[in-house]
Amino acid sequence: MAKAKTWVEPHPGGIYVKPADLWIDPSRPVERAAVTHGHADHARSGHGAVFATPETLAIMALRYGVDAEASHNQAFVYGDGFERGGVRFSFHPAGHVLGSAQVLMEYAGERIVVTGDYKRRPDPTCVPFEVVPCDIFVTEATFGLPVFRHPPTSDEIAKLIGAVRAEPDRSVLVGAYALGKAQRVIAELRGAGWSAPIYIHGALEKMCQLYAVHGVDLGELRLVSETEKAEMAGQIVLAPPSALNDRWSRRLPDPVTAMASGWMRVRQRARQRMVELPLVISDHADWDELTTTIAEVNPKESWITHGSEDGLLRWCELTQRKARALHLVGRDLEEEA
Amino acid sequence: MKRFAALIDRLIYTRSRNTKLALIVDYLRHTPDPDRGWALAALTESLDFPAVKAGTVRALLATRVDEELFRLSRHFVGDTAETAALLWPESEKPLPFRGGVGVGSSSVAPAFETPPPTPPLKGRGLSVSEAVDALAATSRSDAPAVVAFLLDRLDADGRYALLKLALGGMRVGVSARLAKQAFAQAFDVPVDDVEELWHAIPPPYAPLFAWGEGRAERPDLKDVAFFRPFMLAHPLEGESVDLADYAAEWKWDGIRVQIVHGGGETRIYSRGGEEISGAFPELVAAFDQDAVIDGELLVRGEVQGGEAASFNALQQRLGRKTVSKKMLADYPAFVRVYDLLAVDGNDLRGLPWTERRRQLEAFVPRLVDSHFDLSQVIEANDFDDLAERRAGARDAAIEGVMLKRRDAPYVAGRRAGLWYKWKRDPLIADCVMMYAQRGNGRRASFYSDYTFGCWSDAGELLPVGKAYSGFTDEELKWLDKFVRDNTLNRFGPVREVEKSLVLEVAFDSIHGSKRHKSGLAMRFPRISRIRRDKPAEEADRIATLQAMVT
Repeated sequence: MAKAKTWVEPHPGGIYVKPADLWIDPSRPVERAAVTHGHADHARSGHGAVFATPETLAIMALRYGVDAEASHNQAFVYGDGFERGGVRFSFHPAGHVLGSAQVLMEYAGERIVVTGDYKRRPDPTCVPFEVVPCDIFVTEATFGLPVFRHPPTSDEIAKLIGAVRAEPDRSVLVGAYALGKAQRVIAELRGAGWSAPIYIHGALEKMCQLYAVHGVDLGELRLVSETEKAEMAGQIVLAPPSALNDRWSRRLPDPVTAMASGWMRVRQRARQRMVELPLVISDHADWDELTTTIAEVNPKESWITHGSEDGLLRWCELTQRKARALHLVGRDLEEEA
Repeated sequence: MKRFAALIDRLIYTRSRNTKLALIVDYLRHTPDPDRGWALAALTESLDFPAVKAGTVRALLATRVDEELFRLSRHFVGDTAETAALLWPESEKPLPFRGGVGVGSSSVAPAFETPPPTPPLKGRGLSVSEAVDALAATSRSDAPAVVAFLLDRLDADGRYALLKLALGGMRVGVSARLAKQAFAQAFDVPVDDVEELWHAIPPPYAPLFAWGEGRAERPDLKDVAFFRPFMLAHPLEGESVDLADYAAEWKWDGIRVQIVHGGGETRIYSRGGEEISGAFPELVAAFDQDAVIDGELLVRGEVQGGEAASFNALQQRLGRKTVSKKMLADYPAFVRVYDLLAVDGNDLRGLPWTERRRQLEAFVPRLVDSHFDLSQVIEANDFDDLAERRAGARDAAIEGVMLKRRDAPYVAGRRAGLWYKWKRDPLIADCVMMYAQRGNGRRASFYSDYTFGCWSDAGELLPVGKAYSGFTDEELKWLDKFVRDNTLNRFGPVREVEKSLVLEVAFDSIHGSKRHKSGLAMRFPRISRIRRDKPAEEADRIATLQAMVT
């Protein structure tokens, strides 16, 4: 069996797969990149060739102008893959956002899985995470502290609907990351029976359309910019977090500020962001999901990337699992979690 | 506990006072006794469980959670109660799958050696009163086991509520005043009555709720050191009054207090009806007469030759639960007595000011003169003469003049035409805007809080104050745009702006302060004008402000 450390090199700017001369989620433009999902801290523009799922390529085309049709970029559905330099690459669902994938690499009898970002609980907008057995499991650790236990999503959605109904003269403005979180909140609302139009900030429009094209039904969406103020009383409005409490929000009727993020679990964090209605909805695995996943995958060794590496490392130590922390740069944990 | 936990969660995130009020009203109306009474006491920090302290919780956590994971978590969260609430291992996790080894599983959770006496509880949940009973009954040695037992019955929000209830430090922005207003609103009773009854009845206030709901008579307050709501004044704005009808007194710049002796006990209340006896033990000890007085609490200053010092000096003594000997010696407190509300069992509040004043003058000599003196009536010939004396007052602790209608009884609140406050004209300085921060609530999208500075001798701009009022809505829009168009740097919620806009700032007084680099602190600063016409270089110098220090 090969020794992983000889053929896979973790660098601050991404993971380099030596025999294939290929990077996974590199933070700088490279000749060949396998990309786990479309968030800006994993997908960048300017690569020579991109290997990703069709949905991720479509998202990259929309966000960064990557030419998804170009022959040097290759799309692979879940379970599918390619071979290069003796390394077999394949893509497997990560349950994070539309098109998100774990990358499995097999080389000389050794299996390494890079999760990118992932979660375990149900999400109506993407395919659920699959446990892929491997020797080395490269896992994220955004919420790698035991204080992070996300409550059931249905409770948070009920809280949101309750808040709208409680104050019919106001709108509830939900800050939600433009890729993934926004569409998930909308889809969860639809699932909970909220059939009224949902009002969105212009920055969310194209991504919502892309989701719809990929078969995620978001119901009727209306642009805030094309709506009279009074119409949005008693309604739900979604915007990127940066638009909360900014001038843009003045066009809404006395909005209640909500935010959908795993960070909302901590009261002081929510208060700092002037959030009145914190919604603990995350696209990242919480503590229980992280630890359960490591236990289920049961790798020979875990490599822990961005987030609270120390907490998860400590857990591995307590449970006598081999682990190390990779210190990757440029991961934007604040906005999108 | 679920309802209480939901209430404090909503209060934490709500910035609007009216919404807070509505939340408490709703809770009081729809929660049974005695839970609502304990909840009210917890919100106003009126509970204390001597056997349960933060150390108890830390020690308890160490038996359930790996120490390193607790340390990392505590560092991230920043609050022991919240960290403990979130970390506490649950026996059943609400996830579709269960981890092999979680925090607090058998590998790290030792049991208590001898099972502690567990409180007798019904059912699976936990009510606020069950929690209070258990916490009050426990001993220091049993406390960790009892707290553990209670935490096991709650979810994360419930655990947070329980730990805040046990340890205090709720920090939900609810003053005693707000709580009393909520009570009055919930049961449609006069807030003045609530203020009086509040301190007379211990938590969980069952007789108070019974009275509020019309199930019982108003509780009898004989032999209790209860609080009487203050009589307040309207500002005098431009009009003049006839001194034949109004008596004039200096308005001292301390804190208004009421000292009550009753049932063998002396209590000091601040204007909002919060009890502050603990911070001024020397006054409590010195007040030994069966009476209720209204006065101004001040400290003596060395610079003032033992006379009343500025508010700045008094601040050293405020907000303390206990006081050191050094504090007592460095900032000796005394009360300048304005009014006599009761004496020797007689309520004087219905009498005209003239009569109360007569009795007050006879009463004050009964008090220890180092700690109590009489507020003097200003002898002015007429209103113009009074205006002249007001303008000439240089005393550090004089804030202005009070005018009190001679034939008025002592009535709660602010009644038209009875009392006026006539503050000294504000001081004015031209300052330069340096930083801006967004406001709260309706102002959340506006940069409405401004830090401004004046020029040092070295030509450096140093902050001298911060203001968030005094401008119109139109001016606010303009200021907001100015901030956005002239931002140099962003530090989180704060923007540093181009140092080009002169703000005329009005303030009541200015004092030395170690907190600011300029060495100055303004009292009640507000923006009086935007001086778009004035170049920033021509704004005032620190030296000019120093000359205004009293």
